[in-house]
Amino acid sequence: MLPDLDYGEMPRALQQILERERPEPIATLPRRSFLKLAGAGGLALGAFPHLAMAQDTGADPATSALKPTEQPSAFVQIASSGEVTVTINRLEFGQGVQTALPMILAEELDADWTLVRSRNGSSNAAYLDPRFNMHITGGSNSVKNSFTQYRELGARARAMLLSAAAQRWNVDVATLRTQAGTVLGSGGRKLGYGELADAAMALPVPEKVTLKDPKDFRIIGRPTTRLDARAKSSGRQDFGIDIRLPGQLTAVVARPPVFGARLKSVDDSAARAIKGVKAVLRVPLDRGAEGVAVVADGYWPAKLGRDALKLQWDTAAVEKVDSEKQLVQYRELAAKPGPRHFEADMTPLATAPKQLEAEFVFPYLAHAPMEPLNCTVKLTGDRAELWVGTQFPGADNAAAARVLGLKPEQVQVNVQTAGGGFGRRGVGSSDFVVLGCEVAKAARTAGLNAPVRTLWSREDDIKGGYYRPMHLHRARIGFDERGQVLAWDHVIVGQSIVTGTMFGGRVKNGIDPTASEGMRNPYPLPMRLTMHHPALNVPVLWWRSVGSTHTAFVMETLIDDIARSTKQDPVTYRMQLFGDKNPRHRAALQLAVDKSGYGKTPLPTGRAWGVAVHECFSSVVAYVVEASVQDGKPVLHRATAGVHCNLAVNPRSIEAQVQGAALMGLSMCLPGAAITLKDGEVQQSNFGDFAVPRITDMPEIAVHIVPSAEPPTGMGEPGLPPLAPAFANAIARLTGKPLRQLPFNLA
Amino acid sequence: MSALNVNGRDHTVDADPGTPILWALRDTLGMTGTKFGCGAALCGACTVHLDGQAIRSCITPISAAEGKKIVTIEAATDGSDRVGAAVHAAWVKHDVAQCGYCQSGQIMSATAFLKSQPKGKQPTAAEIDAAMAGNICRCGTYARIRAAVADAAKTLA
Repeated sequence: MLPDLDYGEMPRALQQILERERPEPIATLPRRSFLKLAGAGGLALGAFPHLAMAQDTGADPATSALKPTEQPSAFVQIASSGEVTVTINRLEFGQGVQTALPMILAEELDADWTLVRSRNGSSNAAYLDPRFNMHITGGSNSVKNSFTQYRELGARARAMLLSAAAQRWNVDVATLRTQAGTVLGSGGRKLGYGELADAAMALPVPEKVTLKDPKDFRIIGRPTTRLDARAKSSGRQDFGIDIRLPGQLTAVVARPPVFGARLKSVDDSAARAIKGVKAVLRVPLDRGAEGVAVVADGYWPAKLGRDALKLQWDTAAVEKVDSEKQLVQYRELAAKPGPRHFEADMTPLATAPKQLEAEFVFPYLAHAPMEPLNCTVKLTGDRAELWVGTQFPGADNAAAARVLGLKPEQVQVNVQTAGGGFGRRGVGSSDFVVLGCEVAKAARTAGLNAPVRTLWSREDDIKGGYYRPMHLHRARIGFDERGQVLAWDHVIVGQSIVTGTMFGGRVKNGIDPTASEGMRNPYPLPMRLTMHHPALNVPVLWWRSVGSTHTAFVMETLIDDIARSTKQDPVTYRMQLFGDKNPRHRAALQLAVDKSGYGKTPLPTGRAWGVAVHECFSSVVAYVVEASVQDGKPVLHRATAGVHCNLAVNPRSIEAQVQGAALMGLSMCLPGAAITLKDGEVQQSNFGDFAVPRITDMPEIAVHIVPSAEPPTGMGEPGLPPLAPAFANAIARLTGKPLRQLPFNLA
Repeated sequence: MSALNVNGRDHTVDADPGTPILWALRDTLGMTGTKFGCGAALCGACTVHLDGQAIRSCITPISAAEGKKIVTIEAATDGSDRVGAAVHAAWVKHDVAQCGYCQSGQIMSATAFLKSQPKGKQPTAAEIDAAMAGNICRCGTYARIRAAVADAAKTLA
């Protein structure tokens, strides 16, 4: 996801960062040292608090050719106890980078894994994605793009520790080796990393380092329990919502019933009378709207204050989307000419011996991460400090600076561990960060001298927009008796996610590639793909696996339809189409087939197999599932996953990601998985009417990984797309009728 | 002013009696282990024990806790409670958490459930599902939750 940025629409500060070949850090980093932490634990929040503890080496920073992203000082701290703290350059929101990135660094550092800890980064330039040169957690890129970076960081730190030991013992560094946090010399001499850290950090940082042969890995590839498992199993893990600054106030914001509407009148007399309410403030909202923030000494009085507001809204000037009418409009649009993503000759369609016509409808979906959105802002003098669980801390930093009238370097974004996100915390408009800053600014103007946490209720979240867009797909396919596709005419209608954001540059020829990704490939199909992106007054956003949330369903159910109507086995048919050019697809599917017992193990009466394979964000996942229809309802019993993500850094985490992504894929199929609008108003509000799966919905999911030593690809998203089509394919085999609407409707 | 007994300690809370226990814990007492998820008893993230019963603290007012004992995740997993300690250990052993936000509530539901089991009885898979069905995990850690609850039950037998 996201390499092409639209410079014209980028916040200016971010542009400057991107235009520089070697971005300068916002805080000055010691270029020639890595850092020794004065004591174990006790890490404070904020920008490089440990810098104060770093020794001044007197070295000239300009002499290092290393970028901030390559400097061990920003990533590794070694305490005298030997405890190693690794800073992650990503948001941890469940996907496990908090453990995977330290594993990668610790491997090359040759650390004692039992002494490795992890901490969050910030909007500092050290924590830019080394490939995209921006602060980003998304597109399943964290491990993929930072694998070599974190290996080199670990190798550099190790080389410095070795040099320090060589100096201490006055021996040739070549005579030394390391083992699990210790430097070993001849004659049984040894020194722990903690004993060498002081001396090592005074040494120059080597630019070139030799990395391990993957066959020597002892941390990478080992199923490893998360570093945060204990904290997250005892209520001791802090999330953004848990930040408690002295004097901090909490704000809850009343929003218009229709996106973009403004206030006609405000009667806040009852709200102001509620004990604990400090201020009631009109604030500008996303999309030119207005809202009312109630600031109080806690969430509850703020919420009571909001409930007591008497507000009248002017919705006359804004478009009021209605899902039913929208579907009619989308159907009309699908019949019209539009920009072409793929071209192919459609003349064989008319004469093809077999024909298939299909329409698919996908609703809007909310992300609904368990931790409601929040952003805490502290304004002091000419500085702002933010605490927020965000996927884009750099863009948010620039957006905060813009709202607050500050320079980017006057703003510090502290990335907080987040309670889920699934895409909702990576917003081009920085909506929830901008809102937090608008509220904090209004509070300061009103004379409140206190940090303000703006907290969303679940209703604010479900009704707040930034949904996976509603989509309509239409396909006309001509093929022969052997299943050879002669022509495939396909249309997609759906709002563009990236248009109007800093990623708008990705739209080429009027086509948003995040809506078409996952179409056709890897199948060698003569496909013509027409795209329509209507502009509507509903904010849309990526949702875990982005375009593949709908394209995989369409592709994998249609491929199955063709196999079924030509009486071919769906595995054999796919393998034929994959040919020799898609070895990862073949291997993933074969593994799922072998482990599931597909075609060998007889199924209980009433159950059927379903198969689907999909690649997204460079990883391939295949599912073989068993499903049945019980009391008229589709039920998924068992899923077997075959995964190809190249080298599996932490297989235990990959298993968890695939199981979780599979369940989120299943969530799209179950009743209640739809956001709908009527007269511009979102009709759902909480988990009662926007349903998400519960433990009783969880099928048995076995995860198997294809062995590989190639550089790893990501696994946060790729487990999601093929689950729903595999499930649908199993149900279609039972009923004879394909499922083409999500959530499923057997009627 | 309301008197609350939380984890064996008496507190006086200066809040409206209608204030949900959740917000008295989080905003007044600074105990943030108990989480806000939905505010409507739909997700279970806010689960605490009130006189041993698992309740949704987001809709239970502090007035309902007068004279009763509240136990939160902080005390349930600090080693002082045999069942809570077994559940905590099973959660770590099975590496249950992903984002981890819902897990306080999951653990409090699992602990109350296992405390309610007759001595020596191993819960069935269906009983575990029924006991945990009120707690949403959006990351989808349910497979490991099932394994952890069953494992904790075994260690307690």
